[in-house]
Amino acid sequence: MEEAKGEEVTLFGFWSSPFVHRVIWALNIKKIKYKYVEEDLCDKSALLLEHNPVYKKVPVLVYNGIAIADSLIIVEFIEETWKENSIMPQDPYEKAVARFWATAAGDGLWQFFITEGKEREEALTSVINNFELLEKELIGKNFFGGDRIGYLDISVGWISYGVPIFEEITEFKIITEQKFPLLHAWMEAFSNSEFVKDTLPPREKLSERYRNVWEAIMQKKN
Amino acid sequence: MAAEKNEIKLIGAWNSPFVMRPRIALNLKGVAYEMLQETDGKKSDLLLKSNPVYKKIPVLIHNGKPICESMIIVEYIDETWSSDRASILPSDSYDRAIARFWTAFVDDKIPNTNRKLRTLTKESEETEVEAEKLTAALQSLEEAFQKCSKGKIFFGGDDIGYLDIAFGSHLAWIKAVEKIVEIKFLDKKKIPSLVAWSERFCAHGAVKEVMPEADKLVEFIKARLSASSAK
Repeated sequence: MEEAKGEEVTLFGFWSSPFVHRVIWALNIKKIKYKYVEEDLCDKSALLLEHNPVYKKVPVLVYNGIAIADSLIIVEFIEETWKENSIMPQDPYEKAVARFWATAAGDGLWQFFITEGKEREEALTSVINNFELLEKELIGKNFFGGDRIGYLDISVGWISYGVPIFEEITEFKIITEQKFPLLHAWMEAFSNSEFVKDTLPPREKLSERYRNVWEAIMQKKN
Repeated sequence: MAAEKNEIKLIGAWNSPFVMRPRIALNLKGVAYEMLQETDGKKSDLLLKSNPVYKKIPVLIHNGKPICESMIIVEYIDETWSSDRASILPSDSYDRAIARFWTAFVDDKIPNTNRKLRTLTKESEETEVEAEKLTAALQSLEEAFQKCSKGKIFFGGDDIGYLDIAFGSHLAWIKAVEKIVEIKFLDKKKIPSLVAWSERFCAHGAVKEVMPEADKLVEFIKARLSASSAK
């Protein structure tokens, strides 16, 4: 267990947040011991507001009293601060590609989820185009990081449960084994990996959460 | 590390703050590159091929390989030409996280507000609300400057770094917008450290030649707005 003397790591999170999950996965891969604080997003703690006064959001990582916010920034911080079990590619070009897809991969997915009709069709086109490109990044690899889970796997890992849930609620399948064999296989391998397996809340609970959010959004529209 | 072939192209446009960023980074590293200017309103085949996801500038093409997203490109430049001149990113991991955080803040708050304000006038209804957003963002950055600079002249310390580049690249349009809506945002009385910093940034050798003049930007947006209203 990596933990130098006197180091204290605390993660402020929310059980269903995909951004928080990214940080949990990074901490697990790096074998970093940490304290987890569950926030009530409707009643944020004074400590959270003190540590992230600008955005008041989770996740926030507090390390030896200093706070870092924004999931991808936290993941890079973790990578740079604990040198073992590296998750970033070494090559600058591969790093740039990983950083690009970390945010681009999810583009359009939320729009697809919360829109209907023509708007949804447009979002879907964008999602499919992106997934076709993302699929190519997996050629010859088990994970985006190669043999093992890396930065990009962690960054887009939420897709492994998020997309099936979106598909279930919208009754539309995007990632099929026929259309995206590599992504499909990756989703399974990622979910079953030792660093991810026991980190997620039960699938039904997550599904319910997303469905509630979706229904609330849809109701507002109609 | 000397590459036998080192072909560097940058797809961009003279008036884009995002394009300015890799230009400044390449200048800091003393690296020569070919600038490929996009025509306003028409995306080149090379751009569409190099950035199929967003179809946006800037795109750096290094020995045929495209890199997209301005600050990802800046980081790529820093890591590729790591022995040339000082580092663009801070060396301490916490300082890096802070620089990245405020960079995300800058891009969250400034470009959209500039884009709205540049289409408005002093008398427009929405001007006050948008101006307030920009003012508030600049106030937060004034405080951030105190923390990040640690008494030195740039966010990055003695020389310009990652956050200087990220924020400084928006100064041209902020100055243009000041002229368009006739509001002083870079106000010495309200944000003294930032105003002093902005003068140093704009005068920096790596920045001067790539920073467009505010008047030219005002001309550009006026021409574009009248062309679109004439349709």
